[in-house]
Amino acid sequence: MSVIVSVQNVRKTYDGGFEALTGASLDIQEGEIIALLGPNGAGKTTLISTICGISSLTSGNITVAGMDIARDYRKVRAMIGLVPQEIALEPFETVINSVRFSRGLFGRAKNEAYLDEILKTLSLFDKKEAKVMALSGGMKRRVLIAKALAHEPKVLFLDEPTAGVDVELRKDMWNTVAKLKGQGVTIILTTHYIEEAEAIADRIAVINGGEILLVEDKAALMARMGKKQIRIELLEPVQEIPAKLAPYGLELAPDGAGLTYAYDINAERTGITGLLNDLQAAGLQMRDVQTQQSSLEDIFVDLVQEDGA
Amino acid sequence: MNFQAIAAIYTFEMARFFRTLKQSFISPVLSTSLYFVVFGTAIGSRMEAVDGVDYGAFIVPGLIMLSVMTQSISNASFGIYFPKFIGTIYELLSAPVNFLEIVIGYVGAAATKSLFIGLVILGTAYLFVDLDIQHPIAMMSFLLLTCLSFSLLGFIIGIWAGNFEQLNLVPMLVVTPLVFLGGSFYSISMLPEFWQTVTLFNPVVYLISGFRWAFFGTADVAIGISLGAIGLFTLACMGFIWWIFKTGWRIRS
Ligand SMILES: Nc1ncnc2c1ncn2[C@@H]1O[C@H](COP(=O)(O)OP(=O)(O)OP(=O)(O)O)[C@@H](O)[C@H]1O
Ligand SMILES: [Mg+2]
Repeated sequence: MSVIVSVQNVRKTYDGGFEALTGASLDIQEGEIIALLGPNGAGKTTLISTICGISSLTSGNITVAGMDIARDYRKVRAMIGLVPQEIALEPFETVINSVRFSRGLFGRAKNEAYLDEILKTLSLFDKKEAKVMALSGGMKRRVLIAKALAHEPKVLFLDEPTAGVDVELRKDMWNTVAKLKGQGVTIILTTHYIEEAEAIADRIAVINGGEILLVEDKAALMARMGKKQIRIELLEPVQEIPAKLAPYGLELAPDGAGLTYAYDINAERTGITGLLNDLQAAGLQMRDVQTQQSSLEDIFVDLVQEDGA
Repeated sequence: MNFQAIAAIYTFEMARFFRTLKQSFISPVLSTSLYFVVFGTAIGSRMEAVDGVDYGAFIVPGLIMLSVMTQSISNASFGIYFPKFIGTIYELLSAPVNFLEIVIGYVGAAATKSLFIGLVILGTAYLFVDLDIQHPIAMMSFLLLTCLSFSLLGFIIGIWAGNFEQLNLVPMLVVTPLVFLGGSFYSISMLPEFWQTVTLFNPVVYLISGFRWAFFGTADVAIGISLGAIGLFTLACMGFIWWIFKTGWRIRS
């Protein structure tokens, strides 16, 4: 795999003087799905806008397929499709004309069969001749996606594509994204639904305060940062944790009938055996034992909090 | 050149025009008819011929110019302001197009619309007065150039405008007075000498005068000067638009 989008040390100061990107660097591999996670105002949209040519960059370098985004803007932009965060569509025009416009604007010759297929994939075909203003919010968002795909882009930016889309359609959209990836399209998506990133991304990039804090393979990230918990339910509630068990840093449930032990799954010694032995030695009887793995969301919250601290 | 893009923009913009074809057609016909009834027939019957031309016929070129200029500005300014207002400009900014292609698409569509309206008014005029156009080719060229140059100006206004009030401000505050004082309804030679001199600083005078020459063969200023003025005006607008896209003024954050 090769790098298709390369962002090097990009800074962006808006006219008001606010620095929204403070030296962001990110290499996106060809053919991958990368999820850009970060809290509100982290700079996700700004980063996407600078790559797509909507905002100018203050300093730094961005190349797409090895070409500078400013010098080779024609070739670069013809490769890129963008689904913006805000819904922006000509209300009085029909769905199909809006999509035709996008295809032409990006320099592609007419291809009605291809456009019909996109509309079908996005469950919009029956709305083909409907005016945009007569569509629901979720349908409008899908029209934006259809427009972004109209010129057969190689790189697709999806800025919160599933905001305001119902659960079933969200799953549909994930399938569409997976299908595009199958066709070799590189996908960059931002989302506030961590389970979405968890479900479809190959790699996760975390952005905060205008810089990329970390980029990592999703599975590796979860393994590296992943914490597991053991929850032990006791037969008889206790008032306090026996002194003998203090080294484990256990947490006692308010009703005294449960203990929680957190450990690092990657540690050489997890301390589980010792804990179980010591529990017995302290005379505590177990009713049930459960384990839980932390989700990407927990990891993400931890990271951003660390960054803020 | 991204010809597909030019065609896409042009078609999309013309679709807006066809959606409102009835309004686009009725309002100029109605207002021109009113002008003819009031100025041409009611007042005109008491006016002497101007430069040997019947007053009813004399005001035809001015009326056409008045409509074409205001229509060009409002069509072109709305055409580019609306995408800015509803946010669809993002697509234009992220597309593989340069400023020339955008301008040809938007300004071309706006100019086409106002050309159509100009011709409709000319047609309406034939219902009221006898017209014998002396230089038809020059007449069409002047009309076309005016549509183009004022659509360019409208495009600039649309990019500059930050809200709908500003969008209407320039046409109302600047263009309408210039057009009215530009000799639409009278010959410059009818004014006191001092005002004749002042009027020469009004660019619209040259357009209307040139256009009237194409109709009747008489003009307030020489035809060459008229052509030069409109050419200069067009170039200035193009230069300004080139600068807008180079710097991203008011469009790119
Ligand atoms: N046009 C602008 N002018 C000035 N400041 C801006 C502009 N656009 C964004 N900002 C600021 O830049 C910062 C980053 O904004 P951005 O839209 O990139 O965040 P985001 O990560 O996309 O957030 P969200 O999750 O809410 O979409 C914010 O503090 C925002 O206020
Ligand atoms: Mg955003």
